[in-house]
Amino acid sequence: MSQSGTREGMLFVEVSRCMGCRSCEIACAVAHSASKDLFEALGEEPRPTSRVKVEAAEESAVPLQCRHCEDAPCVAICTTKALEKLGPNLPVLIKEERCIGCKFCIMVCPFGVIGLRADGKVALKCDLCIERLEVGEDPACVAACPTKALRFLPPNEVAAIKRRLTAAAMKDADAKAALVREKA
Amino acid sequence: MRSPEKRSMDPATIEMLRRVAECNVSVAWDRHEAMEPQCGFGSLGICCRICVMGPCRIDPFGEGPSEGVCGATADIIAARNLARMIASGAAAHSDHGRDIAHTLLMASEDEDCDYRIKDEKKLRALAKELGVATEGKELKEVARGVAEIAFSQFGQQHGELVFTKRAPEDQRKRWREQHVVPRGVDREIVEIMHRTTMGVDNDPKNIIMQGVRAALGDGWGGSMIATDLSDVLFRTPEWVRSYANLGILKSDEVNIIVHGHEPTLSEMIVAASRDKELLELAKSKGAKGINLGGICCTANEILMRHGIPLAGNFLQQELAIATGVVEAMIVDVQCIMPALGKLAECYHTHIISTSPKAKFPKATHIEFEEAHAYETAKKIVRMAVENFPKRDALRACIPSAKSPLIAGFTTENVYTMLGGRYRPSYRPLNDAIMTGRLRGVAGVVGCNNPKFTHDYGHVAMTKELIGNDVLVATTGCTAIADAKAGLMCPEAAEKYAGKGLQEICRAVGAPPVLHLGSCVDNTRILTVLSNMVAEGGLGQSIADLPVAGAAPEWMSEKAVSIGFYVIASGVYTVLGQPLPIQGARGLTKLVCDEIEKMFGGKFAFESDPIKAAHLMIDHIDAKRRALHLPGTMYEVPYPARTAQEMAQAAG
Repeated sequence: MSQSGTREGMLFVEVSRCMGCRSCEIACAVAHSASKDLFEALGEEPRPTSRVKVEAAEESAVPLQCRHCEDAPCVAICTTKALEKLGPNLPVLIKEERCIGCKFCIMVCPFGVIGLRADGKVALKCDLCIERLEVGEDPACVAACPTKALRFLPPNEVAAIKRRLTAAAMKDADAKAALVREKA
Repeated sequence: MRSPEKRSMDPATIEMLRRVAECNVSVAWDRHEAMEPQCGFGSLGICCRICVMGPCRIDPFGEGPSEGVCGATADIIAARNLARMIASGAAAHSDHGRDIAHTLLMASEDEDCDYRIKDEKKLRALAKELGVATEGKELKEVARGVAEIAFSQFGQQHGELVFTKRAPEDQRKRWREQHVVPRGVDREIVEIMHRTTMGVDNDPKNIIMQGVRAALGDGWGGSMIATDLSDVLFRTPEWVRSYANLGILKSDEVNIIVHGHEPTLSEMIVAASRDKELLELAKSKGAKGINLGGICCTANEILMRHGIPLAGNFLQQELAIATGVVEAMIVDVQCIMPALGKLAECYHTHIISTSPKAKFPKATHIEFEEAHAYETAKKIVRMAVENFPKRDALRACIPSAKSPLIAGFTTENVYTMLGGRYRPSYRPLNDAIMTGRLRGVAGVVGCNNPKFTHDYGHVAMTKELIGNDVLVATTGCTAIADAKAGLMCPEAAEKYAGKGLQEICRAVGAPPVLHLGSCVDNTRILTVLSNMVAEGGLGQSIADLPVAGAAPEWMSEKAVSIGFYVIASGVYTVLGQPLPIQGARGLTKLVCDEIEKMFGGKFAFESDPIKAAHLMIDHIDAKRRALHLPGTMYEVPYPARTAQEMAQAAG
């Protein structure tokens, strides 16, 4: 938790779990609608837009959204200070009223996860559902993910999960190597 | 986890939800919460799995794909899916009707058949209607003639289903104009499956018109056959007193629950539960008797004809087992959760499946053979009785709640109910509406759905309607909800009804909410409405009547079929849960607006039951104005009217 009470963490994506259902995309658009209701959001103007996109990579599906970099190129390049990093493990946010739509941030983002609002006038990106984090909830995409391919966790927990996966993989590799040795 | 009070408004259900939470037993509400948030594409009806070039999804917010691999738009995809829902629903009701027709045929042919024709009067009336010769004929011969005609309706390839003749001529004219008069029950269902397969019908309106045709084949075909032939075989219901809710279970008797839909099974279980030999056996096992209760529509069937109490509605099926006092739950088809078998393992309850069409995990299967119906029923009841000693009294938990009720209303007894025995007629009903003592009639029907507070949709809507002088006719799980809430006793009129409806209930001794039976018995509502048109004074078609329909907590595909035959028969219908088509704007506009011009009825979606009741009342008032009828005779709470407005409305 930050001092303000906002949940801290990072989006952890397990590509092997993603079924490509795009529930995260719908949940994101609804979370950023005026009504926050699926059925009502459909009729809203401006049309609610998703900040997460599921991209295809051969057989796999990969949900992509802003990584909220600690040393964010988009923040560095933003001449009007529309983009702002709230603090370590906290989101990079955009102040729409400051944005002049120069699109430099789109250009420098290493992951291609910044887009434009439907009217094309200002940049559009994931805000980690800051309003939800403030009340202790997961971001909407995470809450909507039926297979838990998307999770919101503190970085040290993500590292712990990755270590366990690595350990399991190494054990398997070792066992296979032993088998090869035996056969030889 | 949501609190029991948020999950249900029914006291017995709330008590049992606390109990199952203590015991760490998960039920439908828990599984629903685990499923949240539910898939947006599915909710909006814009995913397609019809061919394997897909699965395809349309982006409802317009950024991603706007058409599937084949080029199908959201409207085409949602229309195909919706039509297939109608096909399933119509198939379910109609297969039920087919089974009843088969039983009647057996009863007419087989000397040793356990089923007998119990309602000769209705059989002869049907024979006359269907053109079966009756004079000088034996009852069985007449029955065979009727059964054969009923049977033929399913496979008929051309012409018009015979019961569509019961609809007002004006309504049939509308059907003919749109080419939706059903030719044969099965044919229309098959045609939906053909039209919606890859690369066939890709005009959303044309697809939906075939859906309407199949739905009409359900309402004015399969379901209507189920109702009428059940009346012939098992007797047309008459007013009957009974009780509703889990409180009907008994601590000192063998408790058997029948759950499902077809009365062919439950009727025999009723008989077997009264068998002397089995009652003796029960006594020898330490039980004082055999107590039968029902869940879902088979409950409504045996309530209407035998006064067997209602144990509960759809969402209470698991809770009944969790009472720990049910020796056997006997199931046949439809609305039976596959969760039951696993749940029953925690208790001594036997789940006994009986239909070759419906087997369930961890259930005992005893196939119900109509040719040896009574024998099979006895075998099943014996199994329950022998299970009684295994009951663990320490784990038993029977909720105290049960409400008295009066059920047993039919198209036939509306004549005598209001007109009396000497002048049986629909005139008093039509007169009551024409004078404004009664504002109109509403059919409130349908299922339970854990998306809504259990029973609240039904009960809140029903109370709002009767409070505004709208008589409510109800079936299925709505009927059970209303019965549990105490709305089906004459005293309910004093408590909840408007002054006009109150006067009628007092004069007749009827409750303000009429129980018309199971979900196939929604056809009784169709025939009541047709009789109201025929009686005269309320317009030329059902679409002219000051009536409305609703399914506040629906969940089943069957409800979609019902919804479509009801709107196509001219009735404005409000659904609590939207149809899964809202991602398809053109289609939504078609069924919620444009379709009214064709048939006189249309859908509206409103999850708040009070707001939904107001939509229905507004519609009823608009129809009253179109008929140049006066306003309500007495002041009503909605919409708030001044005395001056009342006087103006009265003209």
